[in-house]
Amino acid sequence: MRKTRVRASRHLVTHVVLMAGALLMVSPFIWQFLTSLKTLGESTRVPPTVLPESAQWSNYSAFFDVVPVGSMAVNSVLALVLRVVGQLLVASLAAYVFARLRFRFRGPLLAGFLVVLMVPPQLFVIPQYEVIRTMGWLNSIQALALPGAFSAFGVFVLYQFMRTLPPELDEAARMDGANPWQIYLRIVLPLCRPALAALTILTSLFSWNDLLWPLIVNTIPDRMTLPVGLATLQGAQGTDYPVLMAGSLLTILPMVLVFVLLQKQFIRGIAMSGLKA
Amino acid sequence: MRPNRYPDNAWAAVLLAVPFAGLVIFYLWPLLRTVLLSFSEGTAFTGYTITGFGNWQRLFDGDDIWRALVNTLVYAAIVLLGVPIAMVVAALLHQRGLRGRSFYRTLYFIPVVTMPVAVAMVWRYIYNGDFGLLNEVLDAVGGPTRAWVADPDTALYAVAVVGIWMALGTNLIILAAGLEAVPQTLEEAAMLDGAGPVRRFFSVTVPLLTPSIFLVSVLSVIGSLQMFDLLFIMLGRTNPALADSKTIVYLFYEEAFVRNDRPLGAVIALVTLVVTLAVTAVQFRLQRRWVTYA
Repeated sequence: MRKTRVRASRHLVTHVVLMAGALLMVSPFIWQFLTSLKTLGESTRVPPTVLPESAQWSNYSAFFDVVPVGSMAVNSVLALVLRVVGQLLVASLAAYVFARLRFRFRGPLLAGFLVVLMVPPQLFVIPQYEVIRTMGWLNSIQALALPGAFSAFGVFVLYQFMRTLPPELDEAARMDGANPWQIYLRIVLPLCRPALAALTILTSLFSWNDLLWPLIVNTIPDRMTLPVGLATLQGAQGTDYPVLMAGSLLTILPMVLVFVLLQKQFIRGIAMSGLKA
Repeated sequence: MRPNRYPDNAWAAVLLAVPFAGLVIFYLWPLLRTVLLSFSEGTAFTGYTITGFGNWQRLFDGDDIWRALVNTLVYAAIVLLGVPIAMVVAALLHQRGLRGRSFYRTLYFIPVVTMPVAVAMVWRYIYNGDFGLLNEVLDAVGGPTRAWVADPDTALYAVAVVGIWMALGTNLIILAAGLEAVPQTLEEAAMLDGAGPVRRFFSVTVPLLTPSIFLVSVLSVIGSLQMFDLLFIMLGRTNPALADSKTIVYLFYEEAFVRNDRPLGAVIALVTLVVTLAVTAVQFRLQRRWVTYA
């Protein structure tokens, strides 16, 4: 009896601490939401008022008037889809070959992929930009998606996963006359679903939130992604905080919703790769 | 007949063709090109010719790179302080019979999935010297107030606090996975010996968790060395504190794509590689002193 009470009270302290921490974690978002409903005057008032006098939902539509948000959102989504699909195809193929096939130069070729993982991304950026410009692809969707689609990150994640599948699977299929392509498509890929899901989520997150690369390659407002658009908006209207808060809230909402819905996969992805953008 | 050691050569070539072409075009060739560019002179219009160490000398003769190096390392060191915070939260969450674990985990993890550009805007507003929320709160409790991100003395630290906030969720997940692997029996044995929760945390949990702590620390530092988005948004181009607060990646962006000095940008990129490798190597060396693998 006494023991339960002790444990309950200890958890009470835990809850107080965790709750205070959680509040600290989300308070910027609460402030962002409250500010997005204020008038410009309210947002710069000293001392600040917590609640808006009347909710200014027009700040949200104002965001659409200042920058071409519609096309930016479309660009962000298309770039994400292209990058994710490309990365899944490329990475699963390469990972399959390295994890399941026996061929010459396997070691050095694999090293070629893994070396890229250890190098900071800046070392690729200038020549990647030159490649995209040479192809005449500046200000395009493929410019946003292409380098990332070929990222060695996915190869690494899927390779680690595929190596854990028992080799008897391939051997049995080969006895039955299946070729490596059929084994990849019908046996290995279906078994990799959890890893593919994790990779999809992580690649989406990288793509949606990325700033430096899209900032460099797509400089026409209609061709920008949302983060770049937001950055431009701040440059143009650096002090209209309610509109900035409304816009930034809208752009983070999709990923937060996806996260809340697919929490388990998100967390598995992070734990699996131990990596973040 | 000897069995073929490489039965899949043809298939490997076919299936690897596209991935490998992409690797060469977008990663391996760029790597080589960046190295060559760092020893070259010229512009995008004239083309580049290899001339020697001129860019390297130019970079290291100036003050910018040194300041950026110091700033980046200071930033990484501060964000590393988020690891002990994450350990405490992870340990609290790990307690048996705790309710609402996934609720807390969701809230702590949200900053990880939110766009850095967007949250940087929010924080910039919170840090505002004239009407920011932070000053208001600090004023109420008698703390110091100032223009946090417009003041060269505080801007980098203010950004680093946001860095800690953003990384906490990731650190938490990795440490939580490590805690799952710590055998419950050891905790219970310590409890039977009369060790309190704090004592158990430091004497049982932390030593067993050192491999995860090490992993989190390495990843935290590597991530910090890449910091760009937060600085780019929180300190706009006209910010008086910007000149003193640039990180390496910011300097890279500025030289390579604002001033279009690609050769100098290439040198800076190579410096980030050297710094990343050096810092990681130091961490792996130090690892022997404090990481215990069961």
